[in-house]
Amino acid sequence: MIRLEGVTKAFGAKQVLRGIDLDVETGESLVVIGGSGTGKSVLLKCILGLVRHDAGRILLDGEDVTRTDRDAFLARFGMLFQGGALFDSMPVWQNVAFRLLRGPGRLPKAEARAVAIEKLARVGLDADTAELYPAELSGGMQKRASLARAIAAEPDIIFFDEPTTGLDPIMSGVINALIREIVTEMGATAVTITHDMSSVRAIADRVAMLHAGKIRWHGPVSEMDAAGDSYLRQFITGAADGPIGTLR
Amino acid sequence: MIRAATRPLAFVGRTVLGLLGAIGRVAIYFGATLGHVLRPPWYPRELLHQLLHIGWLSLPVVGLTALFTGGALALQIYAGGSRFNAEAVVPSIVAIGMTRELGPVLGGLMVAGRVAAAIAAEIGTMKVTEQIDALVTLSTNPMKYLTVPRVLAATLSLPVLVAVGDSIGIFGGYLVGTTRLGFDPATYIRNTADYLEAWDVISGLVKGAVFGCIVAVMGCYHGMNSERGARGVGRATTRAVVSASILILAANYLLTEAFFSA
Repeated sequence: MIRLEGVTKAFGAKQVLRGIDLDVETGESLVVIGGSGTGKSVLLKCILGLVRHDAGRILLDGEDVTRTDRDAFLARFGMLFQGGALFDSMPVWQNVAFRLLRGPGRLPKAEARAVAIEKLARVGLDADTAELYPAELSGGMQKRASLARAIAAEPDIIFFDEPTTGLDPIMSGVINALIREIVTEMGATAVTITHDMSSVRAIADRVAMLHAGKIRWHGPVSEMDAAGDSYLRQFITGAADGPIGTLR
Repeated sequence: MIRAATRPLAFVGRTVLGLLGAIGRVAIYFGATLGHVLRPPWYPRELLHQLLHIGWLSLPVVGLTALFTGGALALQIYAGGSRFNAEAVVPSIVAIGMTRELGPVLGGLMVAGRVAAAIAAEIGTMKVTEQIDALVTLSTNPMKYLTVPRVLAATLSLPVLVAVGDSIGIFGGYLVGTTRLGFDPATYIRNTADYLEAWDVISGLVKGAVFGCIVAVMGCYHGMNSERGARGVGRATTRAVVSASILILAANYLLTEAFFSA
């Protein structure tokens, strides 16, 4: 279980997170929604320790993440980055098998390659793709390859940062369905951040809305449409008029 | 009135503080790099890859620079020496000049242009496309995986490049001396060998190692601290080359002072 208690983060004078309280139960899929620049990515990066939070506590299974063994902590996570973040300098299979080829539990090269090809197949990419470099892949294929890398070491917890950004609606649907299937079959805890409502409906067990540095609303996805919060309503409907200020 | 008068002082103060801050940050980064060099895990495959990229692929540019510099040096020393009937010193001065100064300094500057820029651009792009964050989430320390192999490779490669550059530069002087200035080939080689001391060569190789370290550290530091977007990566690349070049020239003076002052 991941628990955030009063987490704050500022960059200079800009206060991005203003006291986040949030629980993510083991095995559930939480989707964090919110407008651009509301600190969704910062929230994920604070949990992973990529960005150091200013105040509050982040606990993983009751243990403060800032005091835990870093390697053991990170070994439990997989992450799909917004732009894929595949390493340009190595072929796709080495990207997918990156963790398997290094560290104390590393596998022999042939074995790691076999696992990579299996994971690529799981996300719908054939073995020929394994030898290509990331720059040779389309945006959708890069997302799939990045998803394969996120699940290669069979992590307990997977983070998805804007998984459908930049993809056409059909490919978005494919990625959403893949994420839901994989999370369910692995039994992993998943946290997804997005502003794509079709992703929310496809992936989420629970939804949390981030606005002005705080969790504005959270609850089961089944209750989202009936919720009375005007900020959430505006976000779901995409209306230009409402309490969330917009520039026109 | 007073504010206007003190504005230049405030500017000087800000500049000095900024410079000291930058020196401090680079020093901390260098110290952290040394710490990671000594502690596992190490990535030998990355080191070999960087030796190829930084060392082997820099050979043409360093060799050509040395060849033309050696030739030009022979012409200049001949022109200057002829004013004092001292044309015979061309072989020895070319050899000493190349090994002590021009080989390491020009080699270092050429590698700074080629390698510091490439390192800063590569790591800067990795940073802005979240590849550095991805490394961390894959339990890989970016300092160990990206910085240490590059710094080690550049520190090991530069002395070899300098040695090759010294040889080619001396050969350039020989070519010009024997074909354009009328030197007897055997005499030219004998004069070169008789006046060149081991310390002339070794001091140049030590300088090469220091310059290699500077090039890689500045490339990695500016890449890791790159700002967002193409403009940010471009600025990081420019800063890497400029700072590496200035530091090479400053380090060259300090090393020369340490090695050769009476």
